[in-house]
Amino acid sequence: MVHFTAEDKAAITSMWRKVNVEEAGGETLGRLLVVYPWTQRFFDSFGNLSSASAIMGNPKVKAHGKKVLTSLGNALRDMDDLKGAFSQLSELHCERLHVDPENFRLLGNMLVIIMAKHFGKEFTPEMQASWQKMVAGVASALAHKYH
Amino acid sequence: MVLSPADKTNVKAVWDKIGTNGAAYGTEALDRMFLSFPTTKTYFPHFDLSHGSAQVQGHGKKVADALANAAAHVDDLPGALSTLSDLHAHKLRVDPVNFKLLSHCLLVTLAAHHPAEFTPAVHASLDKFLASVSTVLTSKYR
Repeated sequence: MVHFTAEDKAAITSMWRKVNVEEAGGETLGRLLVVYPWTQRFFDSFGNLSSASAIMGNPKVKAHGKKVLTSLGNALRDMDDLKGAFSQLSELHCERLHVDPENFRLLGNMLVIIMAKHFGKEFTPEMQASWQKMVAGVASALAHKYH
Repeated sequence: MVLSPADKTNVKAVWDKIGTNGAAYGTEALDRMFLSFPTTKTYFPHFDLSHGSAQVQGHGKKVADALANAAAHVDDLPGALSTLSDLHAHKLRVDPVNFKLLSHCLLVTLAAHHPAEFTPAVHASLDKFLASVSTVLTSKYR
């Protein structure tokens, strides 16, 4: 289980306050679909995903990205019990959506890269380490109810 | 996985942009990797891994120079990386999972320093390039 120090929590929550969840969500999910095209397998109903610009401009991608990051943001209030916070979503992703948990790790790393792009030098190695713990914790929590 | 002509163009353009910052970025990527993924430190018990370490800087430059060479010979990665491939297979034997961790930290470093150039298409090309380099470096493992 991931253990967050007080410094981790402070770093994560302070940086999250500066994130535009709508923009970052679209960017994160969009880049996942561009860089790892096989992840498009879950989004047949999203319409035009035929090119990088089509994907990044796709309104359904943006909307879904916002949904995903909003959920992540909500979980920041429960960093000491991510498994509890994501319990229902974990069941959903296993039983209804059939998403391989490897995809959660890919998306988490994509978020880290977006944060680096947005925050530049402010996204220090220490800040990245806290965020890597966060995304690993979320990925693990989302996979926890899989069977 | 095949690098398209567009991928190769993107990779060369990024390396032109990196210019003389290669060593600094290589070092930063290693710093990021050791902090975020502590298991990677197990390959460097003989190093001082504290921030600013001369050994990490030296190693960062080595990694950067190898990647610059790979980018310059992107049409023949197996040829360009043959000696390094032998080294990793027979002497270093770094578990393949670690190449993904360093590649990720290299992407984070590039995104932080060159956000404008780090478009989705360039990001994809870089990810493919680093994955190709990693594949070549582990190709003689067994």
